[in-house]
Amino acid sequence: MRLALREVLLAVRRAPLLSALGVITIAFSLFAFGLFGLVAINIRDALRQVESRVEIRAFIADATPIEAIVTAVGDIGEFPEVAHVDYVSPDSALARARRELGEFADVFEAGVLPGSIEIRLKQDFRDPRSVKMIAARVGSYSFVDDVRYGEDWVAKLYQIRTIATIVGVVLGLAFAIVAVIIIGTTIRMAVLARAREIGIMRLVGATDAFVRLPFLIDGFVKGVLGGFLALGLTWLASSLIDRALGFQTVFFSTGFAALGVLGGALIGLAGSAISVGRQLRRV
Amino acid sequence: MIRLTHVTKEYARTGRALDDVSLHVAKGEFVFLTGPSGSGKSTLLKLIFMEERPTLGEVRVSGINSATLHRGDVAQLRRKLGVVFQDFRLLDDRTAHANVAFALEVTGAAEPSVPAKVSRLLMQVGLASKGLAYPQELSGGEQQRVAIARALVNDPFVLIADEPTGNLDDRATRGVFQLLREINAAGTAVVMATHNLELLRRSEYRTIDMLHGRIVSDTADPSAAERAAARIVEDDETARFPGDAGPKGQTSAAARSRTTA
Ligand SMILES: Nc1ncnc2c1ncn2[C@@H]1O[C@H](COP(=O)(O)OP(=O)(O)OP(=O)(O)O)[C@@H](O)[C@H]1O
Ligand SMILES: [Mg+2]
Repeated sequence: MRLALREVLLAVRRAPLLSALGVITIAFSLFAFGLFGLVAINIRDALRQVESRVEIRAFIADATPIEAIVTAVGDIGEFPEVAHVDYVSPDSALARARRELGEFADVFEAGVLPGSIEIRLKQDFRDPRSVKMIAARVGSYSFVDDVRYGEDWVAKLYQIRTIATIVGVVLGLAFAIVAVIIIGTTIRMAVLARAREIGIMRLVGATDAFVRLPFLIDGFVKGVLGGFLALGLTWLASSLIDRALGFQTVFFSTGFAALGVLGGALIGLAGSAISVGRQLRRV
Repeated sequence: MIRLTHVTKEYARTGRALDDVSLHVAKGEFVFLTGPSGSGKSTLLKLIFMEERPTLGEVRVSGINSATLHRGDVAQLRRKLGVVFQDFRLLDDRTAHANVAFALEVTGAAEPSVPAKVSRLLMQVGLASKGLAYPQELSGGEQQRVAIARALVNDPFVLIADEPTGNLDDRATRGVFQLLREINAAGTAVVMATHNLELLRRSEYRTIDMLHGRIVSDTADPSAAERAAARIVEDDETARFPGDAGPKGQTSAAARSRTTA
């Protein structure tokens, strides 16, 4: 083990630039994952807050008999997706509008606002598809004039999240591949530089695993360094964004950050593992 | 201990380097391998320490069979035999002591035991005072002694030496050869390839003479010369009628059946 660590230091001293490049590309890979991951988790957070307020509002035609409305409210309350149903009469709608709008309250006169049914959905059915489906079902009552729900911007937020995830994964993977290639190149050079030593190791009976170990440790250490570098960069970017937006965005949990560093270690390990077997066969 | 049975070795680019070689080396034996350049001496030694595998036939060394070699077998075998070369193969950036210690470290020896063992080996090869010298600060003969000390770290049952005196002057040659004799006298077998006629003439050890990948004489096995003669006749025939000659493998198989008949 001590011998292996000594070899790692030697390898870094032999090709410092390439070693640094390996660390940096791993960091970029994880940084790309991290940045878009942040966007994704912040949107998810926002969605969660918004979704809890998602409601469907069905406006009711004037002069609908109150019995029909009561029956409909009862029916809708039986939908498995529905958490809560409420009937808002034209009068109480007016009262609420006046209360919320304060000084502009006088704009509204009695009879201007229609009555409506307000529907809140259960946690699991707040995604755009379920909302749309239930809205359609509610809209099929003949006395319902119009159904409104925050369709546009909920769908848009979901879209942004999907795009952020895809961009993050694609960029992150691209950098990861570059990192694997660079680490592999570093290993190839290190193997060539040490061909003589490796030959002697084999001649005197060192096992394959023993010959490989220093190269694997090399990749692993670079991966961990790259992981921490990426974490720092992501954190920096996150606080810059906070300052620009003027409020605190959500950052990764410690566990997730640790997972990121582990990801770096895996990229480094993969780069050296792929290369070392092939290179060792050549010397 | 070391047994080659009908071993043929063909290299993809240069063709046949060994042709139907059978050979047995007993425990504690000292064997010279000689013959002109390109006759297959180094190839034969590489087959013994399993740097190369035979194309046909099998090589058995200390219970390990080339035909059923497993992953990791080669590393285990290398710990049981020592190998030295004409060009010493020392690491230039390490002292003599560190070069010998290296072989122990990379085979997982317990660290505290290493320095004492290395010092004892350096003493055995007559370099007790040169442990801290780097290879370029040592004469050729001294460098070869370091290489021999390194080959002995795991108390091998055989020492394989491929022209160990090829780069040395007469004095150093005699010194290194004397050292090999001492090692052999202590019970380790030695298989040594050499061009040095002086050494061959002065010693009474078993000598195997090679030519074109074949054993043409073996002082321990006079019938080898007979077999070789038979095959040379066979070769002449195929040379005269090249159109009738089958593949080389058939030729030697025919020769083999004739000599055993
Ligand atoms: N690694 C290799 N690849 C291809 N051909 C090889 C290889 N090693 C040896 N040969 C061929 O095998 C034949 C025997 O070579 P070998 O090195 O065994 O001879 P040698 O008896 O040791 O010669 P020398 O006395 O010059 O060391 C030669 O024709 C050589 O070209
Ligand atoms: Mg040779």
